[in-house]
Formats: sequence, structure tokens, C-alpha cells
Amino acid sequence: MRESLIDLSYIAASVLFILGLKMLSSQQTARRGNVVSAVGMAIAVVATLLRQDMAFGYIIAGAAVGGLIGGIAALRVPMTSMPEFVALFNGFGGIASLLVGWAAYQQRVGPWAAGEAIPGDPPVWYLAAAIYVTLLIGGVTFSGSLVAYAKLAGRISGKPILFRGQHLVNGALVLVALGCGVMYVLNPAGVYPLFVLAVIIALGLGVLTAIPIGGADMPVIICLLNSYSGLAACASGFVISNNVLIVSGSLVGASGIVLTKIMCKAMNRSLTNVLFGGLGVSGGKTSVAVQGEAKPITAEDAYYVLEAASSVVFVPGYGMAVAQAQHVVRELGEILEENGAEVKYAIHPVAGRMPGHMNVLLAEANVPYEQLVEMDDINPVIDTVDVAIVIGANDVVNPAAREDEGCDIYGMPIINVDYAKTCFVLKRSLASGFAGVDNPLFFRENTRMLFGDAKVSVQALVTQFKET
Amino acid sequence: MLVMLVFVFILAMFLGLELISKVPSQLHTPLMSGSNAISGITIVGALIAAGTVENETVSTILGMCAVAFATINVVGGYLVTDRMLAMFKQKDKGSQS
Repeated sequence: MRESLIDLSYIAASVLFILGLKMLSSQQTARRGNVVSAVGMAIAVVATLLRQDMAFGYIIAGAAVGGLIGGIAALRVPMTSMPEFVALFNGFGGIASLLVGWAAYQQRVGPWAAGEAIPGDPPVWYLAAAIYVTLLIGGVTFSGSLVAYAKLAGRISGKPILFRGQHLVNGALVLVALGCGVMYVLNPAGVYPLFVLAVIIALGLGVLTAIPIGGADMPVIICLLNSYSGLAACASGFVISNNVLIVSGSLVGASGIVLTKIMCKAMNRSLTNVLFGGLGVSGGKTSVAVQGEAKPITAEDAYYVLEAASSVVFVPGYGMAVAQAQHVVRELGEILEENGAEVKYAIHPVAGRMPGHMNVLLAEANVPYEQLVEMDDINPVIDTVDVAIVIGANDVVNPAAREDEGCDIYGMPIINVDYAKTCFVLKRSLASGFAGVDNPLFFRENTRMLFGDAKVSVQALVTQFKET
Repeated sequence: MLVMLVFVFILAMFLGLELISKVPSQLHTPLMSGSNAISGITIVGALIAAGTVENETVSTILGMCAVAFATINVVGGYLVTDRMLAMFKQKDKGSQS
């Protein structure tokens, strides 16, 4: 009776997760969807606590510590730090699954060595294999996420780190991991050190996966690690033969895969290229030397152009996040609207350091949801736009991606700001973007450079409007 | 039993691919943090490891650590997603919602 009730609760929880994710596909229902999903989680937890013969001491201790840390972190993290926050949390999911696998092994290693099987257990080889897979995925997720977190938070250099023979080392580690796996599954109770070695290898692999990835490629690795954290949970579901873990783990795994695919497509690169390519280390090549003179503009002159504009599109990039300029950008947007202009925010899928990064920042600054438009919606009408204002974006508006077949980012879809009647680029200098590719946009006839810190520049424009 | 688990796994994967493809890019960050919270479902395994009475001490302690990490994931993930989604507003509904 109790068993069936618990199983039914798990089914209910799975359904709520699915509904919650479904509701996330529309802005109107998204927030409720998150609550629905949280209710599902609560049901799963309560059902588990109702199992027979449970002791709550250790559970309460663990949950209290975790709840406190998680709660405080979630309420205090600034929106600009969202990418590193998500990266870190992926890692926690990974290590939790790893520990679940380890605990399951620890509990069985004694009986297995004595040749006994725990009643109700699936075959030993199967359990051992499931534990091993959980361990590998969980370990890779954990250490990979910590590296991604450190990169995004600026604790270590965000540049790709490549060394000679990296692929060989990776390949060798994978082979060793597989070898250990086979030995482990054949004789799971035999060598405990083998198990520990596997944990270390998994952690090493995670680090090696994440270090060659830098800067603008970070969205891909975050999505990938997101997927891994789900797959780790899924694998631990196989260990404890529990469907709710398998269902929700695969939902998350699938979600990460879809996002990874979208990110790769938005950069016109394959996943292999992102993972092993190390874009930006070679210095970036352009086949055509970019020539011409950039035309700087003062805030005052920019104001006159904007004052007369009837449609304005902001194109934000990672630089806007760095300069924390989202609030003053929204202020300028509102002023322009009052002035009679149609204002939109065009967001490239890979702008920023994680999928949807710019949307979150602009939403935080109270930019209405309808004004946020996707690349594919703005490009067909971009030539009717009077002024496109590029704030801290570079590679995602680089016309070389469209025109220069020899350049590193050729073929990547971009927001065609150079087709707008006028284009303002807010930038500190003429330096190239993350990909290291020169940007001919800066030298176009209709481009004006507004040099300086993005926040200060936008603030200056706002002041101009207010004073007149 | 094993076949059933694999069966569920494959169906859920396909369902996930279908569901997520429909999420607009504006909502990708909340999607990630929300799905992150869901991946905290491993807390079920952690609770079993930390709470089952007949388990030996080491595995209980491993379970307890797993509970802590999974709880961070669940609590933090849902809270931060809610915080984020609260900011995605439409213009007409005003700023207080």
C-alpha cells in the first residue's frame, strides 16, 4: 500500500515536471510553470521521506545546510552574475549524483565481496555499470562546471587554454576510464582503489573539457554541462531503479542538448569545433585587410541624430553586462519612445555568456517583454531602422561573417546593423571582439563610433535629452 | 525491469526534445536555471542513501553530503528562476506584479 502510494506520487511528480517545462514555453505562464515544477519536486521529496525505516537525522542536517546556502545564494545573486551562478549549480547537481552513486556502491561493496546479493537488487553487473556511469558523468559535470564558474566569475582567465597533445591526453583518459569501467563491472567488489581512480579520472576529464573553451563560446559549455547534470541524475535513477529520476534527468538532459544545438547553430559551428577548436587563440584571421577610418561622434551630435529618429534598435552584447549599463539603456529607450520613436532591443542568440543572458538583464531593467526581438525578426526590417545602437557587442554584428569567406567567423548569422540607416557603436576602442576578428562595421560609411564606457556614453545621451 | 527503465528513459528524452524546442530564446536563461532545479531530483536518491536505517555509516555520510548539494540545487534553482521570471513583464500590466 505504502509502496504503491509512493510510486504514484513519483508519477505525479514526473507529470508536474513535464507540465512545468511546457508552461515555460510562454512568457505568460512561465512563472506558474516554475511553481508547478517546484510542487512536483516537493511531492517527490515527501514521498521519499514516507518510505519505511527512514531516519531523519542526517537528512535534516544535509537539507538544512543545503537549503540555507541555496536560498541565500539565489536571493542575493545579481542578475549580471547569472551565467556563473547557473554554471556552479550545474556542478552541484553533478556532485550530488556522483555521491548518490558512491553511497550506493559503499553500501554494497561489503556484501558483494562476501558474495551475497542485497535482496531486491537488480543483477550485480548492471548495478555496477550504472554506478560507474553515474560516477563518470557526475564527476565530469562537477569539475567542468567549477572550471566554467571560475572562468565566468573571472577567478581564472576566460581565455581558452590549449596545450600540445591535449587531444591525446583526453583520448588516453577516456580509454583509461573505459578500461577501469570494464574491470570494475567484471569485479565490482574487488578493488576499491579502482573506484577512487575512476572518480579522479572523471574529475580530470571535466577540467580538460572546460579549459579549452573561452569567452563567447561559454554559452555552449554551460548548455552542455546543463545537459550532463541531467544525465547524471538520470544515471543515478538507473542505480536506484527509480523512474522519476530517469524521467526528470532525461528532460534536463534533452533540454541541455537542444540549447547546445541552438547555440552552435547561432555561431555556425559544430559542437566538435567549439569543444576542440579553441577559437581566438590563433589571433583570428581575416582574408581582406580591413581598411578605412572610423568616424567618431560626440554625445551631442549623436543626440541630434537620435532626436530625429523614428525607429531605434538597441543591439546589446556582453559589454553591456560588464558595464552594468542595462538600466541606463532602458532609460534612454523610454526617452526615445516619449520622443515618438519606435524602440526595440534586438538580441542575438549567443549575445552574452549564456543563452538568454541579455534578455534577463533587460528584463531586470524593466524593459517590457514585447520590445525584445530575436535576430530573425529584426533582420528583415533592419533597413527601415533609423538608428541601430550597438552596445558592447562585436562579433554578433560583424559584417565580415557575411561577406568575408576567409574569416574565422564566416557564415555565422549576425544582426545586420550595417543595413540600418545609421549605426552607432558604443565601444571603448577599436579592438577586435572575442574571436579576434577585425570588424569592418566600424569603418562603414553609416557607422559612427561613440568611444568610451558604455554606461557613461548612454548616460551622456540621456543627459543631452533631459537638458533640452 | 531494466528494459522498462530504458524504455522510460528513451521516451522521456524524446518528450524533452519536443518540449524544449518550443521554448522561445527570450526564456532560455530561466529555462536553464529551472531545468537545473529539476536535475536536483537526484535528491530522491540522496535521501534514500542518507535516511535508510540499515545503511552503514560511510554511505549515510556520503548520502548526507549528496542531500546538501542536491538541496542547494533544488532550493536555489527554483528561487532564482522565480526571481528571474518575475522580472519578465508585459508593459500594460504595470511594474508591480
